[in-house]
Amino acid sequence: MTDLPTTTERKLGLVIDLDTCVGCHACVISCKGWNTENYGAPLSDQNPYGADPSGTFLNRIHSYEVQPEAGAAQLVHFPKSCLHCEDAPCVTVCPTGASYKRVEDGIVLVNESDCIGCGLCAWACPYGAREMDQAEGVMKKCTLCIDRIYNGNLPEVDRVPACVRTCPAGARHFGDLGDPDSDVSRLVAERGGMDLMPEQGTKPVNKYLPPRPRDTVEEEIDILAPLLAPVTEEPGGFLGWLDRALDALPGGKS
Amino acid sequence: MAHTQPRLDLSPPISDEVRKTTCYMCACRCGINVHMKGGKVAYIEGNRDHPVNRGVLCAKGSAGIMQHNSPARLRAPLKRVGPRGSGQFEEISWDEALEIAAGWLEPLRKNAPEKLAFFTGRDQSQSFTSFWAQNFGTPNYAAHGGFCSVNMAAAGIYTMGGAFWEFGQPDWDHTKLFMLFGVAEDHDSNPIKMGIGKIKARGARVIGVNPIRTGYNAVADDWVGITPGTDGLFVLALVHVLLKAGKIDLDYLARYTNAPCLLIENPGGADHGLLLRDDAGKLLVKDRTSGDLVPFDTPGVRPDLTGTHVQNGQTSHTVMYKTVNRYLSEEYSPEAVADRCGIPASRIRAIAGEIARVAFDEAFEINQPWTDFRGERHEKMVGRPVSFHAMRGISAHANGFQTCRALHLLQIILGTVEVPGGFRFKPPYPKPVEAHPTPHRDVVPGKPLNGPHLGFVRGPDDLALEPDGSPSRIDKAFTWENPMSAHGLMHMVISNAHAGDPYKIDTLFMYMANMSWNSTMNTRGVIDMLTDTDETGEYVIPRIIYSDSYSSEMVAYADLILPDTTYLERHDCISLLDRPICEADAAADAIRWPVVEPDRPGHAGVRGFQTVLVQLANKLKLPGFTDEDGNPKYADYADYMVRHERRPGIGPLAGFRGEDGTDQGRGAPNPDQLDRYIENGSFFVAHVPEEGLYYKPWNKAYQDWAVGMGLYDSPQPFLFSLYVEPLRRFQLAAEGHGDRQPPDHLRERIKAQLDPLPIWYETDQQGNEGYTVTALTQRPMAMYHSWGSQNAWLRQIHGHNPLYVPTKLMRENGLKDGDWARVTSPHGEITVPVMEMAALNENTVWTWNAIGKRKGAWALEKDAPEVTRGFLLNHLIHELLPPRGDGLRWANSDPVTGQAAWFDLKVRIEKAAPPDGLSESHPATEPQVSPVGTGPEELEWKVGK
Repeated sequence: MTDLPTTTERKLGLVIDLDTCVGCHACVISCKGWNTENYGAPLSDQNPYGADPSGTFLNRIHSYEVQPEAGAAQLVHFPKSCLHCEDAPCVTVCPTGASYKRVEDGIVLVNESDCIGCGLCAWACPYGAREMDQAEGVMKKCTLCIDRIYNGNLPEVDRVPACVRTCPAGARHFGDLGDPDSDVSRLVAERGGMDLMPEQGTKPVNKYLPPRPRDTVEEEIDILAPLLAPVTEEPGGFLGWLDRALDALPGGKS
Repeated sequence: MAHTQPRLDLSPPISDEVRKTTCYMCACRCGINVHMKGGKVAYIEGNRDHPVNRGVLCAKGSAGIMQHNSPARLRAPLKRVGPRGSGQFEEISWDEALEIAAGWLEPLRKNAPEKLAFFTGRDQSQSFTSFWAQNFGTPNYAAHGGFCSVNMAAAGIYTMGGAFWEFGQPDWDHTKLFMLFGVAEDHDSNPIKMGIGKIKARGARVIGVNPIRTGYNAVADDWVGITPGTDGLFVLALVHVLLKAGKIDLDYLARYTNAPCLLIENPGGADHGLLLRDDAGKLLVKDRTSGDLVPFDTPGVRPDLTGTHVQNGQTSHTVMYKTVNRYLSEEYSPEAVADRCGIPASRIRAIAGEIARVAFDEAFEINQPWTDFRGERHEKMVGRPVSFHAMRGISAHANGFQTCRALHLLQIILGTVEVPGGFRFKPPYPKPVEAHPTPHRDVVPGKPLNGPHLGFVRGPDDLALEPDGSPSRIDKAFTWENPMSAHGLMHMVISNAHAGDPYKIDTLFMYMANMSWNSTMNTRGVIDMLTDTDETGEYVIPRIIYSDSYSSEMVAYADLILPDTTYLERHDCISLLDRPICEADAAADAIRWPVVEPDRPGHAGVRGFQTVLVQLANKLKLPGFTDEDGNPKYADYADYMVRHERRPGIGPLAGFRGEDGTDQGRGAPNPDQLDRYIENGSFFVAHVPEEGLYYKPWNKAYQDWAVGMGLYDSPQPFLFSLYVEPLRRFQLAAEGHGDRQPPDHLRERIKAQLDPLPIWYETDQQGNEGYTVTALTQRPMAMYHSWGSQNAWLRQIHGHNPLYVPTKLMRENGLKDGDWARVTSPHGEITVPVMEMAALNENTVWTWNAIGKRKGAWALEKDAPEVTRGFLLNHLIHELLPPRGDGLRWANSDPVTGQAAWFDLKVRIEKAAPPDGLSESHPATEPQVSPVGTGPEELEWKVGK
């Protein structure tokens, strides 16, 4: 159907830190705002004030509860958008060539003028990262804000995807994951960044940084250690200790 | 098909113009860049230069475009034509609306100003609205703090001259251990997220104390799923362990707190337990070097934490002595509190150990000399990198004031307030109680009130009582029931006005407060009070004026609606006289300005509420707004923002003052001030000098800078109060001392609960037998109060609010996701959909706040999930405690501050068949007529083509 480029010059993508994502949805709405006003058709909303509002979003946050074998249950916020896979099945399945992966940077895009709205790509994507816009009848997906990242009308500091610019917790990072020396590649190396569902063989470019271990304070702090040893065991002896301690202060008696 | 790719324009124009203003999608007040295309709002992003958000923006902020264009926007002044609550209105002109309002208000001002109750909700202009009310002459003014978080504000001010929230922040650049208490993930929204991201990036530890593990607690390294209402007990157990191990900062306690101050020992006397002072009223301490009794601020003094003083044969001990004796008691040991807090003793000890380790083993120094208020030069600043912050949760209990005090006690004994790595105040805080006004209540018909309504009482003399001892205010603020109600009790206004207790009113005037729905306890009861009629058929609350931008539930209950603008259509000032947007390093304020003009084609249009207040004031010829001849001083709110002076040279805005716009803080009004703000991104920042960045309450460099900025008129150094003397004054009154005496039924409560050292007590559980589950609400990060549901983008995130039920209670009650449960409290019953949640205190249920909506409100369709399955816990919470058979009305409030005790709610749950109609939560409220219709069936929002 549609060929992928044999290689790409860069592999631009996102690194998303699951240790710090607080699930605030800032990235979701910033994305909605930018991509409604910019690249391609607006992201429409059906029944926006009614029973079952349903709009097009290129980025959504899912929340999962995790029950470890021991200890309290945890909640992980999991933002998900197109992972710009190296072996993108959404591209190869496209009957018209509308879905394509860019040679320059590996970004997977939809050329809306060639999209016939058949939906095969959404079916082929194992991550559910594509959404058919119901008003326009074309397939929408994350563009990595291609109309921002090279945009000479924006200050250089702002040439990042809208979701990255807005993330209050700093949980989203953007860069070239094909360059092992890039900040994002280093972050992935340091923090054990992971592929989402590697068994699918899609070789996603986006990476996820796993949550750090939780609820370890009791293992780390030896409560019997001198740290918390009582200064005195004698009844009423605390004030005696206090006096001695005050004398030991700068300007005290000793 | 071979790979091909189209040519793209990678540099399309962004917008025609960027207009910078201040967000109002919540109380965080971030700077925003509003991108305009063809004169319309096209895109909103955070302003990178802004001190609050540094470019980031939350979901609410980015969705502002949907709020600005909401179908629920009001379009014209409305006059009620159907019964109250029906929502039947006719649109009228502004001239007619102002004529009606002035016609109602003028006779009240001339004859009985107290018959106007003017209360504002999510008002960000309280210094202005209070000025208006003061000039009207009514004592009945407050904003929403009483049902929000006055416990936190008052506990902070009385203890250390400032509180959490926008009054201070952790030292994000240096802290290594951050402990966050309490549910509700809002204040301050973006700075907390930015801070947590920053400290986690460098490996600092975050401990979350919250019955619910969402949001910040989901990313916390350690989660303490505490039993609601026991935070104070947990904190005092930490204090116990740290004291016992000597892990306290003695130098800090001696220098900067009232720990070395001496408590008068005179059992039975009128001064027993007050602090020893000299004839000039200065606190006295023992100098450890000389043994002399000297004023606390004597140069060179070494205040003695263990000093004693013999007077009249009685030995006075220090506050430190009393503190140590109380908290070393085994009743505060981890083992003694563990079961009640739902936290194993070993965990409490481990957390105390981690606090001690970081505070003392990881202490560090900054090479920045500074001079303290005693004139002593310090070569370095000592950092203790442990910081604390708290959300509304810990304060929304009837023990919340003392709980917040306990947390401040913990911070202070560690020496972590206003030091590097700890908790830092934001100007104009710290500001001691003595620098705040006392409450004012003296009403003279036709004249302004004799001073500001709200303040901080120092003792019984400052209560707002009539000569006969009855409350002066309709909300009974500053009475023996809740003496330190510094923010008023908005949640009691309608209930008291309906009951005529302490007196009847004529006009209820409210702004931005959804008091017939999610912003009130006992929603159904309040609806009935608002619509109740007397024997003559007149409404018991005769007149209601309301201002809102949107078609909220409260709109239906007003007789006259003054429609407000959206936040992009208005002038506002976020003033240092009010709730500041400052950072710890800087004073800052901001404006809003109409980046688009209000536009409601075919209707009379909307006006900024503050401008409407100016117009009303001019019509009523209120002093303060008009000169001796009755000529208006201010044309509108923007004019007031620029030209009003609260004190000579001090106005609502601190920036760009003086004739040439170069003065900061103090200076003559500058007619070009608003233009200068707009050029600067709609904010102003003045940085604290390096030498003044820490130790602000005691630091000469900071104090001198603050005086220069006009934050106060002379240096105000003060000691932190482990022991809060004003509380003791109320206890003394309850013990029978003084002319002003509490009623007998309150004596024991005042003696017990207005303890000058932090305590923990179980809140009043009378009537709760059989109700064993705590029920809470949280505000989602992507929604703010009731506003979010009209927002097409945000309601797709939070359109549903199931009751989240812990696994154990799901199993016990045979519930599964999507089932319905009947939730009962001593006051009421609701039937709602449930969802299981494991990461939750096992005896707590919760839901998102204010998602449930009344049919017909917010331009939603009648089958929207917010109006069918959505629900409010408010139906289960009464504004009064169950009757005690004494004929008295006991408020469901903190006995110190009057804060609404939302989170003392106890319920029982059981599986239920779906309510009638099979799909709607119960109780279902009858629909209101929408004055604006409903929204469109589809949105394809793109203003540029």
